[in-house]
Amino acid sequence: MKKIPHIKSVETRYLEQRETLLHGLARLDRRGFMKVSIGAAAAAASAGVVNPFQSFQPVHILGIGDADAAQPGFTFAYISDSHLYARKVNDRFVRQLLRAVDDVNALNPQPDFVLYGGDLAQLGAPEELELGAQILKSLKAPVHMMVGEHDWFLDMGEKWRSLFGKETYSFNHKNVHFIVLMSVHEKDFWTARGMSPADRMHTVAGLDNAVQSRFEVGAAQREWLKKDLEQLPKSTPVVVFSHSPLYKYYRPWNFWTEDADEVQAILAPYERVTVLHGHTHQLLTNRIGNIDFHGMLSTAWPWPYAPQGLPALTVQMNRPNPFDPNDGLGDGTINVHPDGLVDALYQLWNRNPIDVRATYLASGGKTDRPPATVAASY
Amino acid sequence: MTKSNARIRLTVATGVATLVASLAGAAGSAPHGALDMQAQQQRLDGLLANSDPLHPANIDPKIWLEVVSAKDNALTPERVALGRKLFFDPRLSADGTVACATCHDVSRSFSDRRNVAEGIRDQLGRRRSPTVMNAALFQVQFWDGRAASLEEQAKLPELNPVEMGQPNGDAVVKAIAADAQYIAMFHSAYGRAPNYPDVGRAIASFERTLIFLDSPFDRWQAGDAQAVSEQAKRGFDLFNTKGRCASCHMINGANPLGTDNRFHNVGVSARHQNFEALATQALGILRDKQGAAGTDAIDKLALTTDMSELGRFMVTKNRADIGAFKTQQLRNVAIRAPYMHDGTMQTLWDVMDHYNRGGETNAYLDGGIEPLALSEAEIDDLVAFLFTLTDRRFAQENEAAYTAQKARAAKERPFRDEALAQRQVLPFEQRVFGKPTLH
Repeated sequence: MKKIPHIKSVETRYLEQRETLLHGLARLDRRGFMKVSIGAAAAAASAGVVNPFQSFQPVHILGIGDADAAQPGFTFAYISDSHLYARKVNDRFVRQLLRAVDDVNALNPQPDFVLYGGDLAQLGAPEELELGAQILKSLKAPVHMMVGEHDWFLDMGEKWRSLFGKETYSFNHKNVHFIVLMSVHEKDFWTARGMSPADRMHTVAGLDNAVQSRFEVGAAQREWLKKDLEQLPKSTPVVVFSHSPLYKYYRPWNFWTEDADEVQAILAPYERVTVLHGHTHQLLTNRIGNIDFHGMLSTAWPWPYAPQGLPALTVQMNRPNPFDPNDGLGDGTINVHPDGLVDALYQLWNRNPIDVRATYLASGGKTDRPPATVAASY
Repeated sequence: MTKSNARIRLTVATGVATLVASLAGAAGSAPHGALDMQAQQQRLDGLLANSDPLHPANIDPKIWLEVVSAKDNALTPERVALGRKLFFDPRLSADGTVACATCHDVSRSFSDRRNVAEGIRDQLGRRRSPTVMNAALFQVQFWDGRAASLEEQAKLPELNPVEMGQPNGDAVVKAIAADAQYIAMFHSAYGRAPNYPDVGRAIASFERTLIFLDSPFDRWQAGDAQAVSEQAKRGFDLFNTKGRCASCHMINGANPLGTDNRFHNVGVSARHQNFEALATQALGILRDKQGAAGTDAIDKLALTTDMSELGRFMVTKNRADIGAFKTQQLRNVAIRAPYMHDGTMQTLWDVMDHYNRGGETNAYLDGGIEPLALSEAEIDDLVAFLFTLTDRRFAQENEAAYTAQKARAAKERPFRDEALAQRQVLPFEQRVFGKPTLH
């Protein structure tokens, strides 16, 4: 029998290198033999890694509650990835978005605001976006909008902007600085191919194909981000919203941001950073350096986990029940602690809620591990 | 048998209401519309005449003993006999008018053919009495699954204020403890004096003998092509495909009941409920109640208050379960009208209409409930299939029910909504845009 050569993909190699570094560092940190910054170099050298990634930050375990105790915590909610279609194609996703709206409106007390996590529309069509806008109007709490690639590539965001305003912006709420990024820019793959706007949109919506480019925040927006952050003290809690995960999970599905390392490097000096992202439609948890990452649930459909690159901290939701179109879907609330770190509460519609706490991420998964989601079996 | 058959035949032309009246009323000396207990037992003897209650027909004996029967309550003839005596004994209730067999009447498909049950002092409950037939094969009991076993289930109605109204288990035991026959039967069944847990065990043992799975459908599945009509065969195809029924009601050798043993909001109670307010109220009441106290509290809330409509939510306190009820079995469904947990649907045509329109819209509607666009002919096929699931021992009743339901459906179809079923009107549009948009 012919042996199949073992080929590792670019993302596997990337993640293996990163894992090696992280493990080496964590060990050194635990034993306390030397300062972590020296440890990073030592671990890199011992692992034979030639090019440690620039964004990599020494592990710093944050203590909860070490910030200004006078500042109370607060809660915001999210709804994400609703993928509304034209009327005659699909109305199930509309009903599911309405369910999320009802869920959030039933929260007592009401959240301070609601983040919409992108991909409101399926194919960026004006009627899809208008329908979504109309539905989101019935939310009682104020809404902050984020754009996703399904909203964008028909008219490059024209309709979306006319409904919801700028795609990149920041705001302060209580003691936290919030940043909303447009992380799903793509390199121009359409002009040279003579694609129509609809072709372009369908290609991007196809997700797993070799034609489109990988998502990126882009140089211009990275500059904006630097400027937006430069006045802030490093102790200010920062929460970033991006549609795609701001790290590299699985390239073929664009569960990926090409310039994630550069963006992480910009965020790295800040002591408390959380990134909340949509796009992956699953319970997803990661921590890189001192940046916490939480994936948002979709209201439309759950994606399976990618075959490679799943962050080690992620407690997977098991396979959604194919007989239950609502299984694996939901919305969520984010509880922001007084110190600016967050607990992400996954409100899975047909399962028990899952609370992924800041202490779980900060401890590298050693404490407060969330329970695995259980769906009753037949 | 001939006497009751004659009664059934008489009612064929006049509909379900008369059928109920004649079955219950002719010999109807028992209170609350039940057939006299002696007459019920005679009828039961007729039904079980050629079967071995310890090894029901159509169930593999190994599966029966290892999977179905309880570990701490092995099935014995003594336990079945005791359970049977208790099942038909109205002394178990506070005023002596209600036995298990009052609402689980042998002559009324082991149920009561009412929208909701009627207990002592003519009090009405909030839910449809489920049939005891094949109940042993459910994974959990009650519409909301609050009892994990038949043994647990059998100890709750006695203590519910609107059912049998006893203050506690001791009062139930006291009501029968002086009866020398009971004392002897308890000793031979469980080797001890009468006590409440054994009341539950004995009734559960008797209920495990009420297995009715011998239907034309099973004969067709086993290879007899003539056992069901061509229309019913088309109906079974629709059941598994366009009708989407099999998503929850998968029925085959491995799932003989046709239930997934799960809980779904199919939009039955949504017509007249404010789920949010009810859920908040229920959480307030149930907050500090754990274990048996919790089950007890749920039992009372479920039968005496509007919170009944929360269904499974009261057990799990999970918002996903608001308005969700257990997927009912399909066995003998044709002779078990009215339908749904609140008995609001009178015919299987109504049930098809309800699902065809995509249920009643509400925030917690199960994701699988969608408009089905079934044609009238397809609905008839599906109903024909459902009538093949009746045990052959009820063949006459089945025929009568078909005629009665068909006549009623010809007169009124209150749940029929063609525009919703065909997606000409989408319920969300009314909500989002304030008016339905016709396309």
